[in-house]
Amino acid sequence: MCLSRIGFAAADGSRSFQPRLKLHLYFSLALQETVLFMDWITEHKLPFGEAMEDFVDLLVDHGGAVFDAISETLDTLIHGLTEGLLWIHPVALILAFTAAAWLWHRRWGMPVFTIVAFGLIWNLGYWEDTMATLSLVLYATVICIAVGVPLGIFTAHRNWMYRFLQPVLDLMQTIPPFVYLIPTLTLFGLGVVPGVISTVIFAIAAPIRLTYLGISEVPKELLEAGRSFGCTHRQLLFKVELPAAMSSIAAGITQCIMLSLSMVVIAALVGADGLGVPVVRALNTVDIAKGFEAGLAIVLLAIWLDRFFKQRDKTAG
Amino acid sequence: MIEFDNVNVVFGKQPQRALPMIEQGLTRSEIQEKTKLVVGVNRANLTVEEGEICVLMGLSGSGKSSLVRCVNGLNKVTSGSVRIKDGDEYIDFATASEPVQRDLRTRKISMVFQNFALFPWLTVEENVAFGLEMQGLSKAERLKKTRRQLELVGLSQWANRRPDELSGGMRQRVGLARALATESDILLMDEPFSALDPLIREQLQNELLEMQRELNKTIVFVSHDLDEALKLGSKIAIMKDGEIVQQGRPEQIVLDPATDYVRNFVASVNPLSVLRVRSVMQSLDAVASDDQGRKLISKAHDIWLENPGTANASVIYQRDDSFHPQIWSSDRDITTLGKLPTIVSNDTTLREAVEIRYVTGHCVLVEDKNHIVGFVADRQIYHSLLGKHLGEESG
Repeated sequence: MCLSRIGFAAADGSRSFQPRLKLHLYFSLALQETVLFMDWITEHKLPFGEAMEDFVDLLVDHGGAVFDAISETLDTLIHGLTEGLLWIHPVALILAFTAAAWLWHRRWGMPVFTIVAFGLIWNLGYWEDTMATLSLVLYATVICIAVGVPLGIFTAHRNWMYRFLQPVLDLMQTIPPFVYLIPTLTLFGLGVVPGVISTVIFAIAAPIRLTYLGISEVPKELLEAGRSFGCTHRQLLFKVELPAAMSSIAAGITQCIMLSLSMVVIAALVGADGLGVPVVRALNTVDIAKGFEAGLAIVLLAIWLDRFFKQRDKTAG
Repeated sequence: MIEFDNVNVVFGKQPQRALPMIEQGLTRSEIQEKTKLVVGVNRANLTVEEGEICVLMGLSGSGKSSLVRCVNGLNKVTSGSVRIKDGDEYIDFATASEPVQRDLRTRKISMVFQNFALFPWLTVEENVAFGLEMQGLSKAERLKKTRRQLELVGLSQWANRRPDELSGGMRQRVGLARALATESDILLMDEPFSALDPLIREQLQNELLEMQRELNKTIVFVSHDLDEALKLGSKIAIMKDGEIVQQGRPEQIVLDPATDYVRNFVASVNPLSVLRVRSVMQSLDAVASDDQGRKLISKAHDIWLENPGTANASVIYQRDDSFHPQIWSSDRDITTLGKLPTIVSNDTTLREAVEIRYVTGHCVLVEDKNHIVGFVADRQIYHSLLGKHLGEESG
């Protein structure tokens, strides 16, 4: 079309049209090159995905034994806990939870809620799934605390470290879980372990961030007081910094538990047992009743865990 | 007890860079402009004697807190030394190894903070025991010492409360008890009473002075309040922009301010409670005497003093009368004095001297080791109140 217009302009013969004709020519050539360049861009795709795949393949080829070992150990531990919980009769376990709630909080509300919530779960027939989820969440949280809290402390003591860690944490929290579910699947195989690993990746940012925040916000005067009475570095950490940051760290841990629970359904997709399984099944069969019941069980467990691990009221302590 | 020797404290990266500039005498703002370094303390020389309350005085940012923090190493000394007497030897805190520093902190030096710096998760008792725990004492010993310390500050019944249940004054008493519990010789107090309201502040100042009479600690006290400094300090160092501009006894500072800066500071001070008679008196060395060795007290009223060498045998002659002076000491009520000349010790305050002059109607004789060394009459009182100081006594 462009060419015909140029032809038309040329046929007009008038000299005064010459510059305009030139402009048209340049324009059309530029356009053509742009189109070619755009084609070139889409034809020469950068091999990001392939690189990642190669990297994962490399890991599988060379570290396969390590990942298998991790996978088997974790699998044994988690299933061990689940079976242990299931070995106890539900009534005994509910009573044990109730007693723990009373001993920890010294209020009547929490024990009553414990009986009602777990009683309902048992009644609806999700006891086994709930115990599987509980052990998955507990293991994920323990791993998150064991890695996240020391990392948070370390980062708070070396401020440059946070500049490196912050984008990594942002990435881990924003990247959709399905994306890293695929490599964890190839590394650890189907089952509960990739579920736990994905949960840890998703949830670990909270304890790291809140531990970092808590430790770096310890009032300077308290640190000075500790040092002025002759604290060693270790004493300063355990007697001043950690107690001062405790409420922030505890908030990080409860948040970590909540984030872990929100991964239950995704973990079910890669073969982890638990309350996610009936949800996925209900989705596939458009079973509203089942979906609702399983969802209710997740919510009850979430509320119970949140209330149980929230810091005790200071007046009660 | 504590010797600051040419101490410089510079904050920032590579603080050594500022040292040659300090030596050249560049000001703090010039150095900051050139290097982005902040000079906290600039060539400070100061000696704090045993049992003394030395007050570091200055406005905020004058470096007083930075200097006191050099004593226990909360601030790093950039150059110079801070020597602390431990037993018979002096230890330079700045160059001491970490275990030695920690040993000094647990055993020798304790600190009281402006905003109390109590640990909110510990009870009052556990807070007081913190330093003892660092000393490695057993729980029973800690408890015993803590109890005694809480009794001393009158907080025994609050032992199991948390700091946030206490008022500001009570919290600082806990802070003081925590510092005293370690039985350290040196007590650093960084504006300990500044966050309290005036009445409580006054009360705690008095309690501190009372405790000090018994405990005889070496105290470095930081304050921005000149009245507080004059009340508590046996020595005052006035700081400005990191430098000590003047140091000396409180009356020296008031009577003989070294710079305009200090003069402005002391302009509003009431001299009555600060000045001692020894600094405002007319010295007997400088007055005329007659052929019998009697000293002339007042030409206008024809008053002469006989026998100044032995205070209790001295006699005052006024025209045809003669008086045997009475002796006053600070535990006696001034209103019970008779209408006689009065002998007082040389550290009597000007306020007391004025009152004695008013009650007795006679001059006040100043005694030192049973010698009468001078007197305070109306002329001396007016001079000192008006700030027209008689130069030679101020040294």
